Amino acid sequence: MTESLDQIFVTLKHWLLSGFENLLKWLEVAPPDWLMPLVSMVLSLAPILMVFPALFAITTVLERKGLGRIQNRYGPNRVGPFGFLQFAADGIKAIIKEDLVPRAADKIFHFIAPVILVITAFTVYAVLPFGRNMVAVDLDAGLLFFFAVGAASELAVFMAGWSSRNKYALLGAMRAVAQMVSYEIPLILSSVAVVMITGTLSLTKIVEAQSTHAGLLPDWFVFTPWGFMGFALFMIAANAELNRSPFDLPEGESEIIAGYFIEYSGFKFALFFLSEYLSMFALSGLGITLFLGGWNAPFAVLDFIPSWAWFFAKLLALIFLFIWTRGTLPRLRQDQLMNLAWKFMIPMVLVNLVAAALWHFTGPGWMRWLSSGALVVGAYMLLGKPQFESKDIGKRTYRFAD
Amino acid sequence: MLGKGIIKGMAETARNFLGSYVSAERLTTVQYPEQRIPQIEKARQFPFLVFDGDDPMKGLRCVACQICEKECPPKCIYIVKSKDKRVDYKGQMQLYPATFDIDLSVCMSCQICVEVCPFESIKMDTAYELSTTDRFGGLMVNKHQLAKSNEHYRHIHPTDAAASDAALAVEVAKAQAKAKADIEAKAKAAAEAKAKAAVITPVAPKPVAAT
Ligand code: SF4
Ligand code: SF4
Repeated sequence: MTESLDQIFVTLKHWLLSGFENLLKWLEVAPPDWLMPLVSMVLSLAPILMVFPALFAITTVLERKGLGRIQNRYGPNRVGPFGFLQFAADGIKAIIKEDLVPRAADKIFHFIAPVILVITAFTVYAVLPFGRNMVAVDLDAGLLFFFAVGAASELAVFMAGWSSRNKYALLGAMRAVAQMVSYEIPLILSSVAVVMITGTLSLTKIVEAQSTHAGLLPDWFVFTPWGFMGFALFMIAANAELNRSPFDLPEGESEIIAGYFIEYSGFKFALFFLSEYLSMFALSGLGITLFLGGWNAPFAVLDFIPSWAWFFAKLLALIFLFIWTRGTLPRLRQDQLMNLAWKFMIPMVLVNLVAAALWHFTGPGWMRWLSSGALVVGAYMLLGKPQFESKDIGKRTYRFAD
Repeated sequence: MLGKGIIKGMAETARNFLGSYVSAERLTTVQYPEQRIPQIEKARQFPFLVFDGDDPMKGLRCVACQICEKECPPKCIYIVKSKDKRVDYKGQMQLYPATFDIDLSVCMSCQICVEVCPFESIKMDTAYELSTTDRFGGLMVNKHQLAKSNEHYRHIHPTDAAASDAALAVEVAKAQAKAKADIEAKAKAAAEAKAKAAVITPVAPKPVAAT
């Protein structure tokens, strides 16, 4: 029973596939060679194309409600029960709005930028394992594929900013590129630690490496010193990659209005919005896969809950974390952003790689905890000290004009 | 230590998030169309023209001096002076606005028109549900829609209205005193002239010698 519930989607796909085959046989059509793989592919991709946009719709409502509550407001509560149909109203509004293109804009690039953005956002889902045996394409170099495709979104962002012929759009795009390039490095290097330990780039194998339970805690990488630090750095870098608050400089409303997508309206604007959230889910999914044990249950006794349910529970938790930080932290200044990336995050991930190596080569026992933990904590204290310690600038005095 | 402030902030927002579900006092907003917060007395939204008496068009205080039109920062007032004159509240002959339009979509509620008007004739209203389904004509408010009675003004801004009424009363008193003085002066002048004429007739060359 548990087994069948766990594999329900996989079984469903096989069942549909064989049904299709039988149908062809019954119709006495000999399918060409390419047909069956194509159908199999479509059956794998269709759920991704349905589930994640649906999650996007729900997340927009949850985010607005959550942010409202954080600011002691109600948030949307009018459309549908408790306002949960707000996304439908927003969607209809976005679709029926006039699509404006600036006269001076580069029409072609202005059009394809949001398309590329959405395509890259969807493509990375191909390699994410959502549950046991549930991965669309089980690539051997899945992690590499994820980052390679994900990096293309920077191109699309700059394309959008440049083709709009608007000073704010260009400023936003340049900020976005500077930010994404800087934070790509800690993002990738923090996952390299996991690759070093597991010795594989395949995301399914990385999840399998975390499926055992040693003692009280599960063998998730987040429960190791280097894994914990790696996860924290990964999440910060992911936040910056996604241009979400506190790293929302590329679209800083108070300075450059909406940044690179200022000249987009209607459905194209909705596409930007969609891709932003899709990348958020994808990066959260990657974080779960790398550090939080993927679709594994935290305790052996909880294994009866299907693996995909665990994945989505963890995903929702990380989404909540993203919303929570967005509701808490104010936007960084450009120089603070660069300082954080180059003076703290990058040295920190490099130290983290050494800590992971120490962990690996010290062998099991308390020594690895001590050596690796001391390295991580020491580096954190040392690197965090100089620039981020609040300087005592004395009591503030005010001079009023008289 | 790095990150201490972040953790503190996260704890604070978490407290807000959970607290807003438990205690309703935390929620500072109201559910608008059903619930409304009473407006404070100084609330202001959009100007209106004050009229006295029963007939809005006859009683408009505005004399079409166009000061407000010139001072309005976004230039959203449009006035056309009348060709004829009529008697104002002080009994003087004054022009009146043949057209007085304010563009609702442009007005920024700065109250400068009210400050500069020397005739207490334009004031700020407190009505705030001004949306319309006609975005072209509907947002151009003409003098018929702008005219509101002095009683309305007393109702929405009691303190300001009292000050305005007092100022007008002073003006009227001054005008009356001036008129009275004028009449008296005229009467005096006439009497003097008469007396002079009576005195002067017999001894005509004397004043010339005096000068
Ligand atoms: S309130 Fe300000 S903007 Fe509006 S009409 Fe008066 S002067 Fe103009
Ligand atoms: S409202 Fe006042 S300032 Fe404006 S034209 Fe009329 S009298 Fe003059």
